[in-house]
Amino acid sequence: MTVSTLQKTVARPAPQAEAATALLDVRGLRTEFRTDGGVVTPLLGVDFSVAPGETLALVGESGSGKSVTSLSIMGLLARPAGRIAAGSALFRTRDGASVDLARADDATLRRLRGRELAMIFQEPMTSLNPVLPVGEQIADAVRLHLGLDRQAALAHALRMLELVEIPAARQRLREYPHQMSGGMRQRVMIALALSCEPRLLIADEPTTALDVTIQAQILVLMRKLQHELGMGILFITHNLGVVAETAQRVAVMYAGRIVETGTVREVFKAPKHPYTRGLMECLPANAHRDERGQPVRLKAIPGQVAAPGRQPPGCAFAPRCAFAEPRCESAVPALAAVAPDHQSRCLRWSAL
Amino acid sequence: MAAAASASVSSPGLGLALRKLFRRKVVLAGAVALVVLVLLALFAPFASPYDPSALKVLERLRGPSALHWFGTDEFGRDIFTRVVVGARYSLTIGALTVLIATVAGTLLGLCAGYFRRLDTPIMRVVDAMMAFPDILLAIALMAMLGASLFNVVLALAIVYTPRIARIVRASTLVVRELLFVEAARALGVSTARILFRHILLNTLSPILVQATFIFAYAILAEAGLSFLGVGVPPEIPTWGTMVAAGQQFADQAFWVVLYPGLAIVIAALSLQMVGDGLRDMLDPRLRKSL
Amino acid sequence: MNAVAENIPMSREETAEALIRVRGLHKHFGTGERPVRAVEDVSFDIRPGEVLGLVGESGSGKSTIGRCVLRLLDPTRGEVHYGGQDLARLPPRALRPLRRELQIVFQDPYASLNPRLRIRDIIGEALDTHGLHRGEARAARIAELLSLVGLPVDYADRYPHEFSGGQRQRIGIARALAVEPRFIVADEPVAALDVSIQAQVLNLLQELRERLGLTMLFISHDLDVVEYLCDRVVVLYLGRVMEIAPAEALYRNPRHPYTEALLAASPRPDPDQVKARKPLQGEVPSPVNPPSGCVFRTRCPYVQDACASTVPRLKEVAPGHFKACLRDDVPLAAP
Repeated sequence: MTVSTLQKTVARPAPQAEAATALLDVRGLRTEFRTDGGVVTPLLGVDFSVAPGETLALVGESGSGKSVTSLSIMGLLARPAGRIAAGSALFRTRDGASVDLARADDATLRRLRGRELAMIFQEPMTSLNPVLPVGEQIADAVRLHLGLDRQAALAHALRMLELVEIPAARQRLREYPHQMSGGMRQRVMIALALSCEPRLLIADEPTTALDVTIQAQILVLMRKLQHELGMGILFITHNLGVVAETAQRVAVMYAGRIVETGTVREVFKAPKHPYTRGLMECLPANAHRDERGQPVRLKAIPGQVAAPGRQPPGCAFAPRCAFAEPRCESAVPALAAVAPDHQSRCLRWSAL
Repeated sequence: MAAAASASVSSPGLGLALRKLFRRKVVLAGAVALVVLVLLALFAPFASPYDPSALKVLERLRGPSALHWFGTDEFGRDIFTRVVVGARYSLTIGALTVLIATVAGTLLGLCAGYFRRLDTPIMRVVDAMMAFPDILLAIALMAMLGASLFNVVLALAIVYTPRIARIVRASTLVVRELLFVEAARALGVSTARILFRHILLNTLSPILVQATFIFAYAILAEAGLSFLGVGVPPEIPTWGTMVAAGQQFADQAFWVVLYPGLAIVIAALSLQMVGDGLRDMLDPRLRKSL
Repeated sequence: MNAVAENIPMSREETAEALIRVRGLHKHFGTGERPVRAVEDVSFDIRPGEVLGLVGESGSGKSTIGRCVLRLLDPTRGEVHYGGQDLARLPPRALRPLRRELQIVFQDPYASLNPRLRIRDIIGEALDTHGLHRGEARAARIAELLSLVGLPVDYADRYPHEFSGGQRQRIGIARALAVEPRFIVADEPVAALDVSIQAQVLNLLQELRERLGLTMLFISHDLDVVEYLCDRVVVLYLGRVMEIAPAEALYRNPRHPYTEALLAASPRPDPDQVKARKPLQGEVPSPVNPPSGCVFRTRCPYVQDACASTVPRLKEVAPGHFKACLRDDVPLAAP
């Protein structure tokens, strides 16, 4: 497919000024799953954008829809059960064209994946082929997207393994995924994802399965690679500490919607949504002890997330919220601008 | 934590509703067929005016009629009567075989799966037995035991015990590593209770499914043994002996084999339908959707 | 068996009587020439009423130690003293009545409840096994336990699959508490839970500890959680004790290079505190073939030649603060 046909899939003009320069601009993304129990909508309309070279963290607890967001963008929803019901995900390719990933056909997505967008997962074992040496796997991707010959592709694979700081990279080329530790496999996965220098990397809980000392290595590595290669990163995690270490901006998700978004500093220092504030306050890292040395109770958020399809008509967080008023239960609040580049989906944000 | 824990979603799709209904209907149909067969077997003497073994040479090989619903066999005996009486024998043979094989196989499988030391000795014997084709092993056993109704049950139970044992062992190996088993051990729960309450309870579904298969196999295998003359003595009307004896007349009088054969098929099918339903019902995770 | 227990964190000022005394604990998996050395020469005390944290990364042997203490695994060598008896050597029959006093809460709230039993039967089994609260008192006790862990009483008739992870973990805690234990091993009890739910369960554990005077061995890889809940902390690496200290001393003033690295690696939810420090290099060596001398030396930034030849003993560097490191001359940074 050529650039000219790509441009046919260009969607309506972006509603915000920032979108003009954005690498990825997601608007009103809504995803549904058909299940045995009926239609479930884990994503109820999500808006965010990622600028070139920036890291946006998508943070939320299980069931918040953060992983569904990444799968929707990558076109990796399990079909036919899952489908994008509404919204757009405009992606700017390196030749300047704009593609709506939410509407693009399979062939377009296949061509973009690996070359323009890449993804790394929590468990690299399942996304690496267990019967191929890792060098071959990287070389395959490079040959497909960059059109290198076998020799050149293998040399490129070696450079990639060196780039992700795998010791004895030349020997590792011939090793199989099961011969490696979890940390090494994640490095290989990153090498594979970055082998064609994608413009956007989606990292879905890439360090969650790793020990803290290995996690620290991988986070440092990703920062270094982003600095060198300049890709935008959509970093999905549940760990607020990891967000603070990796991202410039953060979007907090709750029950299928973004409830607060802004720079990491603003959102972490002065959260303007009760859920974000609750998340920060309930962390044991922010706890302290009383004069007898006994731990003071954590400010836990009461209750739990309502199951998809059982959500209240208004703000999904209202049943657990200490600030809730009757009007919170009548309609879903819109994202309100709290400050430049800081928005909160809360009617009472000014009370926080 | 007052929020409801049950996370079922309202307004189920049409497909699911249809499937649920279908599943229930299949289970219901199987259960009805099985109950009819069992009732016929129980009340066999009242089900028909004929004597199952009264010879009427003049009436031989008559087709189905108002007098003889299923026709008569080569000795003029009423086939309906014999199918009904045969239900008694065939179902009893099948049920006893399943009962013995399941109890023995479950015990062997639980022991092999839970006690590491018993695993190799038990499973080598099981593997050796499963290396023989079922019917060959049964023939060999019958040759040793001698032809009788009880020996058929015994031989078939021995043949099918390894199947159950293997399945139970495999499930036990998985379940014994689950944390709730360790939790029970940490509570000081006795080994017997762990085996039967925690492990067996979580292996019931595969056992049940396999038992329904074996029930059907046993009915068929009994027919095979009887046909070869090493099974039930021919004067006892099982569905198997009837099909076996009628085979040489099948080309001129299909009903001689058709009706006992149909009885075998219906019994086997309905058993499996009921087994499927039981499996779904016994699993609390599926119970809600049923 | 004094020979196995030389590396003991015995404080000069130690006066409190231990509820559980672990001495020279070894656990090797697999036999033959190259067993997996999961736990090597671990000794520590758990005092009555205290929460002792066991921290380490995967392969540190922390869960194995917890299971050896409860004799859910048979230690290869070593002693576990409780109430004047060595649990490591008791025959199963003598162990069974003691199970009432020593309980465990597991990490995975999904696998730790039998899916085929109602909550009433899961908790009831604990009572039945030890002949507690028979007859009519049984239902009342189950209701009492459910409300103790913050669950509605009418949940007793439900099956585990009807509950969320946090609720299941409460049920697991109720089961452990049913027999009124004196001591609980909590094996990563909040690791599988979302942060907002994790806080609820941590609060519950702290509340139960205050109300019931529980003694706990709290196993976790999460340094923040351990700091919050534990009185003293044992830091493990590759099956060995690196450092033992009161929680506050350990977090304010780590004395072992591994503890320092672990604290530095743990990400803080504060954009102003993002560490510029270089993370620990390399990976955990194989427990089949651990390094000679100090097992941490292959990754230690302060390694010397002597570290390869000498296994460092635990020594007291401050009252109640022990470290297993040859080097006393490096200034470690507090996080």
